[in-house]
Amino acid sequence: MDSTTFVKPTLDYFHLWPILVVLGVAALGVVVEAFVPRARRFATQTVLALAGLVAALVGTVLVGLDLTEVGDGAARGLLTAGGTLVIDGPAVFLWGLVLIFAVGGVLLFAERRLEGGVSAFAGQAAALPGTEAERQAQGLDHTEVYPLMMFAVAGMMIFPTAGDLLTMFVALEVLSLPLYLLCGLARRRRLLSQEAAMKYFLLGAFSSGFFLYGVALVYGFAGSMDLAAIDQAVRADTGNHTLLAIGMGLLAVGLLFKVGAVPFQSWTPDVYQGAPTAVTAFMAAGTKIAAFGAILRLFYVGFGSDRWTWQPMLWVVAILTMVVGAVLAISQSDVKRMLAYSSIAHTGFLLTGVLGVQTSAELADGQVTSLQAILFYLTTYGFSMVAAFAIVTLVRDSGGEATAFDRWAGLGRRSPWVAGAFAFLLLSMAGIPLTGGFVGKWAVFTVAFSAGAWPVVLVAIFSSVVAIYFYVRHIRLMFFTAPTADSAAVVAPSLLTSATIAVGVLATVLLGIVPGPVLDLAGHAGEFIR
Amino acid sequence: MYLMSEGGHTIPVVAPLEAEGAYTLLWLVVALPLLGAAVLLVGGRRTDRWGHLLGTATALASFVLSVVLFVDLLGREESERQVAQRLWEWMEVGGFSVGMDLLYDPLSALFLLLITGVGTLIHVYSIGYMEHDPRRRRFFAYLNLFVAAMLTLVLAENYVVLFLGWEGVGLASYLLIGFWQHKPSAAAAAKKAFVINRVGDIGLSLAIALMFVTFGTTSFTQVSELTSGAGEGTLTALGLLLLLGACGKSAQVPLQAWLLDAMEGPTPVSALIHAATMVTAGVYLVVRSNFVYELAPHAQTVVVVVATVTLLWGAVIGCARDDIKKVLAGSTMSQIGYMMLAAGLGVYGYAFAIFHLITHGFFKANMFLGAGSVMHGMADDVDMRRYGALRKAMPVTFLTFAMGYLAIIGFPLFSGFWSKDKIIETALVESPVAGVCALVGAGVTGFYMTRLMLMTFFTDKRWKEGVHPHESPSVMTVPLIVLAALSVLGGILLLGDWIVGWLAPVVGEAPHHEPPVPVIVLTVLTVAVVAVGVAAAWFLVGRREVARTAPQDVSFAVRAARADLYGDAINDAVVVRPGRRLVTLLLGVDHRGADGLFTGGGSAVAGVGGLLRRVQNGFVRSYALSVLAGALIVVIALMVVNS
Repeated sequence: MDSTTFVKPTLDYFHLWPILVVLGVAALGVVVEAFVPRARRFATQTVLALAGLVAALVGTVLVGLDLTEVGDGAARGLLTAGGTLVIDGPAVFLWGLVLIFAVGGVLLFAERRLEGGVSAFAGQAAALPGTEAERQAQGLDHTEVYPLMMFAVAGMMIFPTAGDLLTMFVALEVLSLPLYLLCGLARRRRLLSQEAAMKYFLLGAFSSGFFLYGVALVYGFAGSMDLAAIDQAVRADTGNHTLLAIGMGLLAVGLLFKVGAVPFQSWTPDVYQGAPTAVTAFMAAGTKIAAFGAILRLFYVGFGSDRWTWQPMLWVVAILTMVVGAVLAISQSDVKRMLAYSSIAHTGFLLTGVLGVQTSAELADGQVTSLQAILFYLTTYGFSMVAAFAIVTLVRDSGGEATAFDRWAGLGRRSPWVAGAFAFLLLSMAGIPLTGGFVGKWAVFTVAFSAGAWPVVLVAIFSSVVAIYFYVRHIRLMFFTAPTADSAAVVAPSLLTSATIAVGVLATVLLGIVPGPVLDLAGHAGEFIR
Repeated sequence: MYLMSEGGHTIPVVAPLEAEGAYTLLWLVVALPLLGAAVLLVGGRRTDRWGHLLGTATALASFVLSVVLFVDLLGREESERQVAQRLWEWMEVGGFSVGMDLLYDPLSALFLLLITGVGTLIHVYSIGYMEHDPRRRRFFAYLNLFVAAMLTLVLAENYVVLFLGWEGVGLASYLLIGFWQHKPSAAAAAKKAFVINRVGDIGLSLAIALMFVTFGTTSFTQVSELTSGAGEGTLTALGLLLLLGACGKSAQVPLQAWLLDAMEGPTPVSALIHAATMVTAGVYLVVRSNFVYELAPHAQTVVVVVATVTLLWGAVIGCARDDIKKVLAGSTMSQIGYMMLAAGLGVYGYAFAIFHLITHGFFKANMFLGAGSVMHGMADDVDMRRYGALRKAMPVTFLTFAMGYLAIIGFPLFSGFWSKDKIIETALVESPVAGVCALVGAGVTGFYMTRLMLMTFFTDKRWKEGVHPHESPSVMTVPLIVLAALSVLGGILLLGDWIVGWLAPVVGEAPHHEPPVPVIVLTVLTVAVVAVGVAAAWFLVGRREVARTAPQDVSFAVRAARADLYGDAINDAVVVRPGRRLVTLLLGVDHRGADGLFTGGGSAVAGVGGLLRRVQNGFVRSYALSVLAGALIVVIALMVVNS
């Protein structure tokens, strides 16, 4: 492209519809905050957000049906907005996932029965904890959380869709900034929540710096931000390869931070614990899905032909992540922290799947591709995580959620259904057969194995076994330990939270018994457009 | 269809027919107990009154169905005795396909009868045994769950479904060992069984992964066709991994330590799961995978070694224990060692492994239930040093137990005589060292079982005060009588080598090997060795006074045997402590590592005390430092690869 003339990019509005709706609703939400009376804001915002998400989901389905084949037929989709957005099968699949879990997020955000008529968010975020101002804000709600969340959703949708590094960076910031804020808005335990937000923000900004520097170095190598152009430069091997290697590493740092891979995981437990649980649920599912989409696109499309350079690094990171996640989860004594370490271990398993990349020539006909395996894994992971955190919001005492292990003792005797659902979700995370988690693990392990990463798979199986230990220990705590006077009780939620949990558990069951349709759908999504 | 192996005999290929007629009901065999478990667990207290009856009824219905199917299978031609039923496609994408498939063939038919038959009897017995337990309904739910999982295991047509059943029985076993959760020892035992079984499961899951990578399938039908084309190295690895799985489930050395602790569970559980069925799943796995082992002689050798060590190890433990259930548990280990030994001998032994498995299922379940009956009358005491002279107080229990006793030591014409004798005979021909060990083991078996018999039913009364032994109710003694009859008559399965011919479509037929000495000589030799063991027990236990507390001034050998030959100590040193150190290390790195790495220099200046200062975790600066360190490592790693 001649750099002196500006070509007006064409926007394919039909295919961009889902993103545009979400962004539009987010902006509209800000206007609502300004003009709608306080009493009506809650209803307006929730209905608006849900309607926007559903409209976007419908749009996603239509876009998915409409994608046309490109090149040799392995990929379907199109480039739009001057090549900065690549709307292909995997991207649309990830949109669908993000939107589904965003719906779950909105339902959890809107839950008001658990706190006795108010939401789980602070009445007045600016009020100092323990002051008169905070007490006065007791009955209030921060309805800004809905537009904030919609902005984050839009960022999550653009992130794996980005066709060049700058768009990817912008999406990274768009998804992160609202989340930093949301983390600090817990009604209870304000200090813990604010600390989490602060940490997340500082570390997030820090890692974004790495990412941005990586962008600059890769630009120095390839002379372009465009992933396809970078790919060509890598194939031609024209530039300074050292520049590429360092740039690749720094980009990886920024992305691995977002998915919580070791050694960039240190924020995860603190933030997952401190953030309002509804936010944690949304964030654990959404961020990981979006960031894995971006990792896959960057490394498969941009650096795919140079995988011998980055694969050894990812081998080590995947192994460390699985082992550290599984082993440290054992020593936790807080449910939210345990789930955080469990999510770190899942990151490791997903990275194992990333290592399963093979060129289509190496793949047997009909063999599961690594992309397909990861998309499936993300689906099961998202459903079980959202439902698990939703259940965490139910177990309460007078001080709010009771997340310490000893408060969960004997929960199975008092509330067998809730504890049973939680136990089932834990079993799925552990990868016991007949749950979605088993099929997901099976898929990522097989692709990594057949791509020759068998040492990683060995470690993965070892860590799964270690992980089963702490999952089952928690099940034992709920069912086989006598409740004490200190044990927390399950508070009956409204239909919003119950529906989220029910859908999450049901999806986990179905994905375990008949995973075929979703695996097919993930396979049908095809490859990334190069 | 048959494949030829190197030894000249044939290895059958699994080639089932489509299920039709009565066989379309195959799924019901599994579904009935599963439904029972679901109703009892979901129904909650509403089902307390009739829950145990429902649980027993579903097991009985499964048994009836199994008998019907078995009779039908008997009437079929030998070539048509394999039936497969596809329930649904479990995972299917292109070449990646795992079906929820069941396979019914002569091998699974026998298992079905054993599991549902013994299972039903134990359900009936439990009605009486658990009568006063407030959580009886839950107990029956778990039992039903176990039966369903075990049936899934033996009916599976591919290794993934088998793995599902494998995990299911593990879960049920865990729940039932820890059933009396108020006892810390029960909870600890459940945990131990769980953890050790995970080690075995690693083996099985790796075997499945390897199978998938090598053959692209895990179905018995396809794998049995493809093994002949695979390299011997792969098959040996496969065999060893499967063996690791089998060791965990069947309590074979080195994964044996959990079985003795598992006796913390209610006695019917010990009888059903830890004697008759679940612990024999490892033997089933090896026999079922005959198409792998036949082509991997090195793996077979390892099976024989493991089995021989275990059969002696278990027998030695049985000699030293005073807890009646633990003696029986040691004996179970040892007897499964015999089955494994037979399975390791390949085509010559598969049928005898299964034969011994079935007779053992009868007589060991019989004896465990008998032990439960004794405990029932002795206020739940398990220490044989406080029993004695119970034959008058509990005549039915005594007589039925005696049948089991005569069967296990191999008294002529009792079931155990036929089955064990066949294994020893085959072992002596095929692998003389293992054969001699098995012969010695038979003698030791005679010793410890006689010791148990004498200490419990003969010798003087050593009862605790306030204990009034009484016979158990008939709901408990009737299953005992049935099992005792089976213990006596189980040998008829060998009439005219019936079981060998019956299993031939599954495991193949062995070429005839003439033993170096006539069979009758071997039989007489075995009986003589057993007689020596029995006599030794008579002189050492029966003619002396039994101390009420175990004597402490004993030789090293006895101490070692009482400590289960230091199995726990070995596990501790090899696995537990290094594992714990790893966790501590990782925790240390997580809490202090990053800070230590970067502030270490400054702290060193401030003095050694500064280095040891506890750095509070949670500082964002230490997190940032760890991110920086990570970034450096990533970049350096890439540079190393780059250069």
